[in-house]
Amino acid sequence: MNWISNVVPKLSSFLNRREVPENLWVKCPETGQMVFHKDLEANLHVVPGSGYHMRMDPTARLRSVFDGGKWYDIGLPAVAIDPLKFRDEKRYVDRLKDARTKTGAQDAVKVGYGKLEGLPVTVAVQDFGFMGGSLGMAAGEAIVTGLETAASRGTPFIMFASSGGARMQEGILSLMQMPRTTCAIQELREAKLPYIVVLTNPTTGGVTASYAMLGDIQIAEPGALIGFAGPRVIEQTIREKLPEGFQRAEYLRDHGMIDLVVHRHQMRPTLARLCRLLMRAPAAAGEAKAAVKPTEDKPAEAPALPAPAANPAPASA
Amino acid sequence: MRSYLDFEKPVAELEAKLEELRAMAAQGDAVAIGDDIARLEGKARDALLQLYANLSPSQKTQVARHPLRPHFSDYASALFEEFDPLAGDRKFGDDHAILGGLARFRGRAVCLIGQEKGSSTETRIKHNFGMARPEGYRKAVRLMELADRFSLPVISLVDTAGAFPGLDAEERGQAEAIARSTDACLSLGVPNVAVIIGEGGSGGAIAIATANRVLMLEHSIYSVISPEGAASILWRDTAKAQEAAMNMKITAQDLLRFHVIDSVIPEPPGGAHRDPEAAMRATGDAIEAALGELDGLEPAALRKARREKFLAIGRNL
Repeated sequence: MNWISNVVPKLSSFLNRREVPENLWVKCPETGQMVFHKDLEANLHVVPGSGYHMRMDPTARLRSVFDGGKWYDIGLPAVAIDPLKFRDEKRYVDRLKDARTKTGAQDAVKVGYGKLEGLPVTVAVQDFGFMGGSLGMAAGEAIVTGLETAASRGTPFIMFASSGGARMQEGILSLMQMPRTTCAIQELREAKLPYIVVLTNPTTGGVTASYAMLGDIQIAEPGALIGFAGPRVIEQTIREKLPEGFQRAEYLRDHGMIDLVVHRHQMRPTLARLCRLLMRAPAAAGEAKAAVKPTEDKPAEAPALPAPAANPAPASA
Repeated sequence: MRSYLDFEKPVAELEAKLEELRAMAAQGDAVAIGDDIARLEGKARDALLQLYANLSPSQKTQVARHPLRPHFSDYASALFEEFDPLAGDRKFGDDHAILGGLARFRGRAVCLIGQEKGSSTETRIKHNFGMARPEGYRKAVRLMELADRFSLPVISLVDTAGAFPGLDAEERGQAEAIARSTDACLSLGVPNVAVIIGEGGSGGAIAIATANRVLMLEHSIYSVISPEGAASILWRDTAKAQEAAMNMKITAQDLLRFHVIDSVIPEPPGGAHRDPEAAMRATGDAIEAALGELDGLEPAALRKARREKFLAIGRNL
């Protein structure tokens, strides 16, 4: 990669951002209400009137979880690019390049390590904005790395899932991420460390049929679409309209498929509470328990990981 | 009357001519046509071999789905003795798309699991065309746990277009059932061997195909989504299924090259449906050889080897 390919994407995304004024106002998909983007950001991307949970990019998500909005990025291994030499209406390598330019990320999953109410945690976030959050080799490797990091550092692993499913352009190698991520979950389980899944809108396909449904605790955000097959495929199969609320977070909870539906404003304290209980850590001090409003500061993202801190011992020790 | 696939037309013509000659020979003039018959037999055989040595991915898809291709129940009676299908997931119901139970394979007690597509209109409906609901995967989990407790190797025969995309299946947690089944495969302290005998369709296949040894019949396919599904999503045109099949790398030969499977089981000339007995015998030999390689390994070693095998997939491409 030369300096031009490094600079041009950044430059164009910078220019694009300035040239698109409609980005300033965001429409609520449910009510049509218009919200100023700063207000939306300040409200953790929940539409103030309707309570609709908009998508959150990985950086905003990590900022909303970690103490003081600060964390360390976990370095993710490089994977083979387009081993299938896949081409549909467009070459896969070009689609990948576009997605990287658009998001500024290498692939759909970002992993951070930091503190949640003082407790060290490892958190992975899947970005629906990157090719529909699809699970390919890079995302699979990122999740495996995240789980292994959590296991070796003795922290809980929190997975914010969001995906349309497998990355079809990687064919069978994308399917193999289902057992591969499950292998890493088993390692975490053997280390007796908690695995908490937060299902966000939407999570479907091979992602729900693997790591996104194997949490010790399954949480979903309100209204999130969660399922194996997409609603359109099911309608085509059964040739009927689907009932109201089908495959939504609340429906899954009522059918015994998930533990909790948690509003985004309550996510951080809920996660902290569950992690503390599962890690048998003492209760947090009153002050830290309060939900922290997201800050405007840039997170301090260090290039390398610090030496592991004195992590609390796993519950089994 | 043999049924031919569209691309088998040249062979069909030769064989039709052959039939005519044979009928004539039967009526008397044996001496005159004897040579012609022999010559034509050779020609038909060569044409068939030539054709099957160069099948395209979409032609292989047709062969893999051939209605006369041996199915689970054929294998169960040809290769196994004392097989009693065991019913039910002990939670909701009994699924007929996934069958399984205890059996004897070449002298040793084993647990046999697999998808049955059915071979007549009636049985196809009964087995839901091999598309399992959550009950099927939960039955598979139950059987795997049983096998683990009694130290019986698990043999899976995979033949499904995918898990059933229906309302009831979603309601009862299709995604979770698949995820747990993959998890169960990876937890086994006994050897497991999976054979893709026809179609290995996505999550519905991987749920029982996460094994110490994964084998594929020569003309079977294994993919993250059906070629038709990929065509409709990526090309927005189901007529592009051939192109999708080509791009996705779904053949046994491709998958061996990507180290996703361990070996390819050769089929008789003209595919398994032309000589089911020979195809099944070869499959039996391959299963026996695979089990032989895993004999004497301790439960922990089997789990470790399985995990390492899957984690290694894609890392050296």
